[in-house]
Amino acid sequence: MSQVQLRDSDFESIQIDQKETEKISGQSTSYWKDAWRRFRKNKLALAGVIIIILLAFMALFGESISGQNYRDNDLMNANKPPSSEHWFGTDNLGRDIFARTWYGAKISLFIGLMASLIDLVIGVIWGAVAGFFGGKIDEYMMRIADVLYSVPYLLVVILLMVIMPQGLWTLIIAMTITGWINMARIVRGQVMQLRSEEYVMAAKSLGASNARLLFKHLVPNTMGPIIVTLTLTIPSAIFTEAFLSYLGLGVPAPKASWGTMSSDALASFQYYPYQLFFPAFFICLTMLAFNIVGDGLRDALDPKERK
Amino acid sequence: MARYLLKKLGSIVVSLFIIITITFILMKIAPGGPFTSERKTSPAIEKQMMEAYGLNDPIHKQYIDYLIKAAKFDFGPSFKYDGQEVTDIIKRSLPYSLILGAEAILIALAFGVLLGVIAAIRHNKFADYTAMVIAVLGISVPSFIMATILQYIFAIKLQALPIARFESFAHTILPAIALATTPLAFIARLMRSSMLEVMSADYIKTAKSKGLSERVVTYRHALRNAMLPVVSYLGPLVVSVLTGSFVIEKIFGIPGLGNEFVVSVTNRDYTVIMGTTVFFSVLLLVSILVVDLIYGLIDPRIKVTSKEAGK
Repeated sequence: MSQVQLRDSDFESIQIDQKETEKISGQSTSYWKDAWRRFRKNKLALAGVIIIILLAFMALFGESISGQNYRDNDLMNANKPPSSEHWFGTDNLGRDIFARTWYGAKISLFIGLMASLIDLVIGVIWGAVAGFFGGKIDEYMMRIADVLYSVPYLLVVILLMVIMPQGLWTLIIAMTITGWINMARIVRGQVMQLRSEEYVMAAKSLGASNARLLFKHLVPNTMGPIIVTLTLTIPSAIFTEAFLSYLGLGVPAPKASWGTMSSDALASFQYYPYQLFFPAFFICLTMLAFNIVGDGLRDALDPKERK
Repeated sequence: MARYLLKKLGSIVVSLFIIITITFILMKIAPGGPFTSERKTSPAIEKQMMEAYGLNDPIHKQYIDYLIKAAKFDFGPSFKYDGQEVTDIIKRSLPYSLILGAEAILIALAFGVLLGVIAAIRHNKFADYTAMVIAVLGISVPSFIMATILQYIFAIKLQALPIARFESFAHTILPAIALATTPLAFIARLMRSSMLEVMSADYIKTAKSKGLSERVVTYRHALRNAMLPVVSYLGPLVVSVLTGSFVIEKIFGIPGLGNEFVVSVTNRDYTVIMGTTVFFSVLLLVSILVVDLIYGLIDPRIKVTSKEAGK
C-alpha cells in the first residue's frame, strides 16, 4: 500500500465560477426530439416507415413504369402469368396487374388516409370539447357516441353502403360516420386528465379563452396519443375497404382497389393464384408497415407505456 | 347490483330503440323498392303486393307497426324469399354461426393467452420476439386473406381438410381458425403487456419471497390477475367474430347468419337486413352487459354498485 502524499496545494480552494454552474451540459431536448431519438433506435419501425414511403412513391408513379395502363383490356392475353411484358401477369380481362396494383394502391391508400384524417378532425374536436367542458355536455356528447358505438362498425358501414350510391366518397363517408368515436374517446380521456394541470390553470388565469385553452394548450399536449391512433386507424381503414370490396360493396369499376382486385381474383384463385397474390400481399404489407410504425410511435411518444 | 342492472338494461333499450329507428329510416330512404327486379311487374300486381306487405300505409303507421313487431321479435316476411319469415331465417342460420363463433372465440382465447404468457415469461428473448412477430402478422393479415391462404394450403395442396361447406367438425376447423386470427393476435399482445405489468407488482415479489415456486407464482398469482384486460376484451371479441363471419361464411359457403346478412344486402332484402341488424345489435349489447357483470364479479376492486353506495 503506497503512502498518499498530501501537499499544501491540495487544500487550496477551487474558484467556483457561478456562470459555469448554470451551464447545462448536454443538449436540451424537446419532447419531439426525444421521441425521435427513441423512434430511431427502433429498427423495425424505421423499416416500416421506409416501406410506407416506397408504397406511397409507387402509388404515385408506379402505374405507368412498366409501360402498361390499368384499364386497357386485351382478351387475347387474358390470365397470363407474370412475364417481361406484364410484370405481375394479367387478369381475366387481360388487364395488366402491375399497373392495376399501383393504381389500386392509389385508391386504397387514398381511402385509408382520407378516412383517418376525417376521423381525426371530428374525433379530436368532439373528444376535446366533451372532455374540456365535462358535466352535462360531456354526458350528452359521449352518450351519443356510445349509442353509435353499440352498433358494430362494419354493420353500420355496410348499411350505409346499401343505401348510398356506390362510389369512392360514399365509402369514405360510410367509414367515417362512426369511425371517429375511437379517436374522440381517447382525446376526451387525455383532455380530462390534462385540464386540471397547472399550466392550464395558469393560462386560464391569464385570461385565455376556452378555444385557446383547447387548441393551443390541451390538444397539442395530447398529440402523442392522437398520432398513434391515427397511424393505427389507417390500416384498419384499408382493411375495411378491402372487406367491403370482398362483399361487392367496394369502389365501382373501372376504378380498382386492392380489395376489389382480390375479390375479382378469388373466383379463379385455384388456377391463377398470382392474380390474388399481388393485391393480397400488398394489403398485408401496408397493414403490417402501418401497424409496426404505430407500435413504434407509441413506444417513442409515450415512454411511460414502454415495456 | 339490481339497480345497476336495471340502469344498464334501460340504456340497452334506449340504444335498441335508436338503432331500430335508424334502420327503419335508412331502409325507407334506400333507393329501389323491394319489388324492383329485371322483370317488370304489372302496376296492378305491384300495388297488390305493396298492400299485402303494408307498404301503402302512412309512414308513421308503418313505423309504429314496425316498432311493436320488433319488440315481439317479429320482423315480418322476407321480400325476396316467398313465404319465409325473417325470424325463421335467423333461427335456421343462427346455429351454424353460433358453433363457428364459439369455436373461433375458444381458439382466440386459448392460443392468444398462451402466446401472450409465453412472450411475457421469456421477455426480450427469442420466444418473445417470435410470439410478437406472429401477433403483428396476425393483425396485419385480414381474415379473408387468411381464409384463402388456409384453403390453399390445407384443402388444395395438402387435401387434409374439406375446403368449404358445413357438414362435420372437420369442416369447421379452417373457418374457425381464419375467424380467430385477428382477435387471437390482439389477445396475445394484450396478455403480454398486462402480464409484464403484473409480474413487476409487489404481490408477485411477496409471493416469490415466500419461497413459492416459479410455476405457482406465474400461474396462480400472475396469470389470474393478468387475465383482467382480456376479460374486458371479450365484448370487442364478440363483435370481431360476428362481423368477421360475413366474409368467412361467404368464402367457406357456410349457411350461417353472417352469410344470410350478406345475401340480403346484395338482394336488397330490406326486412332481412333490418331484422339481422337488430338481432346483431341485441346480441352485442347483451354480451357487453354480460362481460361488464363478469368483470365486476371477478375483480372485487371494481364495484358495479359503487356509485350508488357512495351516496
